[in-house]
Amino acid sequence: MTSTTAVAVERRGGLARFVRRHGWTVGIYVLLFALTLFWRSQTTVKWGPFDVQSLVIDALPLCFAACAQSIVIISGGIDLSVGSMMSLANVVSAKYMLHMSFDEAILFSLAVVAGAAFVGAITGLTIVVTRVADIIVTLAMLFVLGGLALAVLQVPGGGAPVRFQGLVSVDTVLTQWFPAALLILFGSFAVLWLTVRRTRPGLALYAAGSNRSAAYLAGVNVKRSRVLAYAYSGAFAALGGLAFTAASGLGDPNAGGIYTLNSVAAAVLGGVSLLGGVGGLIGPIAAAFVLTLVKTLMILRGVDQNYAQVIQGALIVLVVMVGGLAIRQKGKGS
Amino acid sequence: MTDSVPLLEARDIAKSYGAVQALRSADLVVEPGEVHALLGANGAGKSTLVKVLTGVISPDRGTFAINGNPVRIGSPAQAARNGLAPVFQDPALVPDLTIAQNMRLTGASPAAVERELRALDLAVDFSEQARDVPLPMLRMIDLARALARDPQLLLLDEITAALPSDLAERVFTVMRASRERGRSVLFITHRLKEVIASCDRATILRDGGAVATIVPEEGGEETIVEYMLGPEAAQAVVAAVDKDAGDVRATPAATGVTPALEVIDLSMGRVRGVSFSLRPGEILGVAALEGQGQDDLFAVLSGQQSPASGEVRAGGKMLKARHPYDAIRAGVVLVPADRLQALLPQRSVRENIAAPRYNSVRRWGPINVRDEGRRVREAEEALQIDTRAARQVRRLSGGNQQKVTIARWLANGFATMLCFDPTRGIDVGTKRQIYALLRRLADDGAAILFFSSELAEFPLVCDRVLALFGGEVTAELAGAAADEASLLRAMHGLAAEAEAVA
Ligand SMILES: Nc1ncnc2c1ncn2[C@@H]1O[C@H](COP(=O)(O)OP(=O)(O)OP(=O)(O)O)[C@@H](O)[C@H]1O
Ligand SMILES: [Mg+2]
Repeated sequence: MTSTTAVAVERRGGLARFVRRHGWTVGIYVLLFALTLFWRSQTTVKWGPFDVQSLVIDALPLCFAACAQSIVIISGGIDLSVGSMMSLANVVSAKYMLHMSFDEAILFSLAVVAGAAFVGAITGLTIVVTRVADIIVTLAMLFVLGGLALAVLQVPGGGAPVRFQGLVSVDTVLTQWFPAALLILFGSFAVLWLTVRRTRPGLALYAAGSNRSAAYLAGVNVKRSRVLAYAYSGAFAALGGLAFTAASGLGDPNAGGIYTLNSVAAAVLGGVSLLGGVGGLIGPIAAAFVLTLVKTLMILRGVDQNYAQVIQGALIVLVVMVGGLAIRQKGKGS
Repeated sequence: MTDSVPLLEARDIAKSYGAVQALRSADLVVEPGEVHALLGANGAGKSTLVKVLTGVISPDRGTFAINGNPVRIGSPAQAARNGLAPVFQDPALVPDLTIAQNMRLTGASPAAVERELRALDLAVDFSEQARDVPLPMLRMIDLARALARDPQLLLLDEITAALPSDLAERVFTVMRASRERGRSVLFITHRLKEVIASCDRATILRDGGAVATIVPEEGGEETIVEYMLGPEAAQAVVAAVDKDAGDVRATPAATGVTPALEVIDLSMGRVRGVSFSLRPGEILGVAALEGQGQDDLFAVLSGQQSPASGEVRAGGKMLKARHPYDAIRAGVVLVPADRLQALLPQRSVRENIAAPRYNSVRRWGPINVRDEGRRVREAEEALQIDTRAARQVRRLSGGNQQKVTIARWLANGFATMLCFDPTRGIDVGTKRQIYALLRRLADDGAAILFFSSELAEFPLVCDRVLALFGGEVTAELAGAAADEASLLRAMHGLAAEAEAVA
């Protein structure tokens, strides 16, 4: 009688499972598409590639901020220093790049990204060694990095080589609908994230955020994974700051301020669970576009700046709530 | 066996967690080609020893030798290189990753694991997320992952606790096969029958030290219990059981009493048209193989799910529970198998026991701390909870956590208790106390619905036993007649052969 009942886990259809697991991401892209159509119908002058290009440039810093935040949240933490890190990368690059050649500027940018990754790793190390909560250590880093940014550049100033600024604003790469800024975004995403996402360190990031004790028993070095997440966060935040430099041609010590909380909003809207272990970067990137587009739309319609914020906040809550309900409903159905 | 070099020799292992000494000075010698049991009461230090041996935690003191060579076991990787593969008491599969990703995370080859699973006659979809896979299956995957490394020594920490009997049987097959190939198994369990049937030798831990290594077949259960609990405590337990054994099933079949719990044609999930009634003072068993609807049945009765059709009456009143709160108010309380489901792991033992009481603070105002303290203490004493690490429940040993979930309802009162595998991971001494306790509760008028994955418990505990198969009640046995063979037949739906009670 022992081997009569082969207990098999029910096999579900591939499509059903894809929807179950990636439904949120698909949903946020549908939302982005719908908003784009709406946007198009609202513009009075002819809507074209130029509009798309300016949207992408506008959204680029937030896209990077969303990536920075999402990785940390996935690994089970939260990073309140994302904005300050962006400011710091922005002012450092704007101050020193001003008289550099293009090649030097690129090398310098890489150094800034590496340096930011290092600072992020220090933040992570502080958290795992002292066992002080993430939110407290990164809040402290928010002030430290923000202060450093002000020390580097008190008032907006500096600049970047014209060709460096051109990196994001060249309007055609493949077709005129595919702005260069998008290429930069995809490139960094592929190089930094796709290379680790499916490897053991990448899986360990998810494991650390999903269930720390199970991860630990499975032999995952949870501390190392968490430090890695903060290093990633630093690198992506620096990219965000550099994107800001390229887009505005300016260094502004307060540039990053708004991005800390917006990055959390983009992460959550993009399907990253604040409990950790769930989500990716593809969703949050789309969410960053959605948030930027909503802002653009409201400016377009002349909505008062203050109300615009109220509407944006309400929208986030609404989408997350509706999405949450949809998932609960589906959970009951199956 | 004695003249060969031991496969593993661990000497004088000590480990403290702050003020708690989990291991005082433990010794363990495992020979090649043997199935070696590691026994001890809850909190004796068994899991701690396994974690030390597999490099998950580092001991404060101690030496190891593998095949006679002194080794250092500083990390899980080092333990793996020395041929040690563990299956821990708590699942080591990350819920948000798929099974395949979990395998890659630990460097196991999915193909090899799948082969082991097939050898166990199991089919698993590796692209499923671990959180969607039922617990018994996760345990088998954990086992297959360990087997895929072809270890010298396989360490199984209470793997059978969460397994239905048919899957447990496959674990025993694996142990026999390992022995035949000259490999060894360290097997931890609280089910002494399994030890006597499957283990060559047994090392018994008490209070963090090894008290004896014996041949279980020769000593038998009572010897083991005596070593585990110490002579006096063992005497007390035996006396308690002897005294209570006479009372089991002594309650007359009272008729005309309002049933404490009545289930009429209930359907939900896998449950299909189940009806039964449970009198006050009765312990009704539910026996079933894995996935026959017992989970759904208990979920409905405890208010976690609404029934698709049918009705539930508690104390004669219709119970439409849409939340456990409703069920608890109607006096129907749940003792779940998965203790982490019910506990507040970061809070103290006292708060955990008192938690349901906070519901009944009718008006705003101070909690009666003295009364709360007294009730909590009484419950702790009734179950002999080891409160050395009482500040945070998550630090208690598995068995002690389980006791806290039961103690909670003892301190708070109830009419019907739904026990879903309540002795999972609980040591023999406490188990017997719990049997006696359930009987005492029933004698005081409580009604108890009792599911267990350990078949030997039914005749000891229950007045009647229902067998659930394919979501339907296929047989009803008298408690006395519920021996393992009849139960197994009934649980496989072979109702005709099972003797039904008129
Ligand atoms: N992380 C920890 N912090 C503090 N105390 C701990 C910790 N882990 C275990 N302990 C304590 O160490 C002792 C031994 O625990 P261990 O888990 O080894 O027991 P066990 O023999 O496996 O028990 P069980 O049969 O209940 O699983 C217990 O008193 C427990 O409370
Ligand atoms: Mg244990």
